[in-house]
Amino acid sequence: MTTEVVLKIAISGVLTGLVYGLMALGLSVIFGVVRVVNFAHGEMMTIAMYLVIVFFSALGLDPLLMLVPISAVLFALGYLMQRAIINPFINRPEHSQFMLLVAVALIMVNALLLIFGPDSQGITTTYSFDSFDVGGIIIDAGKVYAAIAALIVAVALFAFFRLTLTGKAIRACADNYNGALVVGLDVKRLYSLTFGIGAACVGAAGTMLMIVTDVTPAIGPAYTLLAFVIVITGGLGSMPGAIVGGVLIGLTEALGGFFFTPSAKTMFSFAILVLVLLFRPQGIMGRKTA
Amino acid sequence: MKYLFEGVSRSALVLLALFFAALAAAPMFANDYLIVVLITILYFAYAGQCWNIMMGFAGQLSLGHALYVGLGAYVTAALYVKFGVSPWIGLFPALVIAGAVGAVIGFLAFRFGVSGVYFAILTIAFAEFARIGFDHFAWVGGAAGYFLPVANYTQNDFFNLRGSQHMFYYILLAMTVAAFVLCHLLLRSRAGYYWLAIRESPEAAEALGINIFRYKMYAVVLSAALTSLGGVIFAFFYNNLFPEQVFHISRSIELILGPIIGGIGTLFGPIVGAFLLTGLAEGLREVMLRLGIDLPGMKQVFYGICLLLVVMFLPDGVWPPLKKKLGLDRDTEKRGS
Repeated sequence: MTTEVVLKIAISGVLTGLVYGLMALGLSVIFGVVRVVNFAHGEMMTIAMYLVIVFFSALGLDPLLMLVPISAVLFALGYLMQRAIINPFINRPEHSQFMLLVAVALIMVNALLLIFGPDSQGITTTYSFDSFDVGGIIIDAGKVYAAIAALIVAVALFAFFRLTLTGKAIRACADNYNGALVVGLDVKRLYSLTFGIGAACVGAAGTMLMIVTDVTPAIGPAYTLLAFVIVITGGLGSMPGAIVGGVLIGLTEALGGFFFTPSAKTMFSFAILVLVLLFRPQGIMGRKTA
Repeated sequence: MKYLFEGVSRSALVLLALFFAALAAAPMFANDYLIVVLITILYFAYAGQCWNIMMGFAGQLSLGHALYVGLGAYVTAALYVKFGVSPWIGLFPALVIAGAVGAVIGFLAFRFGVSGVYFAILTIAFAEFARIGFDHFAWVGGAAGYFLPVANYTQNDFFNLRGSQHMFYYILLAMTVAAFVLCHLLLRSRAGYYWLAIRESPEAAEALGINIFRYKMYAVVLSAALTSLGGVIFAFFYNNLFPEQVFHISRSIELILGPIIGGIGTLFGPIVGAFLLTGLAEGLREVMLRLGIDLPGMKQVFYGICLLLVVMFLPDGVWPPLKKKLGLDRDTEKRGS
């Protein structure tokens, strides 16, 4: 019985971890290319989560159907943010970029508070209470769908960066900024595109997360921190690293919450972060250059 | 004394004296509300000055300074409540503990070559660790909070830091002045020059024979220990401590907004920033009140927009251009900016 419960918790942690991984993937892509740490990452995700609530209550659309439209909205938001305010900050010192995004995050959190109020909100889908029984282990259907969708988006992103010309151009910017300028790439536009793609990842992750959890305006900073922990664990700038880190942190939090107390679960992920920073600062999948 | 005033222009000294006199005389004219605002300003000016040692001078970005504030607050509060130890004595263990924690973080980070964004996130991680740890630390109240006994004080008990707002105001004013003078002297000391060298280029500093590990450690330990004193005042002024508030990342960010807005690495930056930000926050509150707007979040949205505009259009902070306006940019304070 206990092994089954532990297995159920572990699987549930891995599934949630995949969605976390997609969120962190957005942060990682942005940092890897634009070299800006997006301190408003979690706040952007809460925007996506509230969009789900708006569409769900207005049109009754299932979150799985909203995946693409909400990602598109977040893409536009990210693109405009990079174009209007972050591009001029590319060559500014880190603390200056940090302040800029802290200000953006502050505006986002409180605008959401202003519009939606401080209460926790959630949605109930047709499959919210469904579950799969795999050899006696009960798994939430919602979590399975969310994890599969997250994986599909991640794979699509890998394909985009490997196979398309634009994807290759973005990777060129990341590898060699001056080189990219010399061969005539429009680096500023590619940066905007990248920030948009990162934001779209967050949008997709937020949409999927609404299937399994509720949202409040104040939750944003916690997700930002979670995304940091994941990308640094996995390797800042490494795409597979973000997914691996997400799964690892999801698993750690689920098991930590089960064996100790749920309120202390994030302590375990921070402990992992500290260990990784000390013994493998480039992250599990990161390259040595960090 | 000669050393203290060397190379400082006369106009700067006059302005400084006037500014100090205005602050010293303020309680005679200010009402209770204004005193609380001024206390908040001085608290942020002091804590910002301490943070500036680490970031502004030595170039190490800490986003977890709430950790040291919290440690100072909890150590002295626990010693006072449990054992009746005066905060003036309790602040010594607080200094030592905060300094030691700073040393551990610094040692781990600098030994293993963790720097930049990674260092900043490491400091967040330790602060978050402390937040959740104190949430489960039942001896000092855990998540339910820790409270200092409050009574209606008819006279100031200076020894136990129990008393009127005026007492706290003058203590904080003294601390802010002391921190200012200390930083002024530090910037003219050997360590100060080493820090600036490390901030500008760690590689070049090392090539010149500076032990960058040791001097970065000095900056972290000094900054951490001094910040904890701010926590002592915080605990005894507010009389309640909740891990969710004291150690929260938003406290760390709040603390560093002042020096960044004011001008990082400058002596006046933290003070100017504290006045501007607290003034802005209170001003917005007042305007909302007058207009009868009672929407949660409205004030912070405006605050965020103002912050955004300052960061976008004044990249070096408010103080450097202001200093030019006041005609003070020829004095040697420039070294720090």
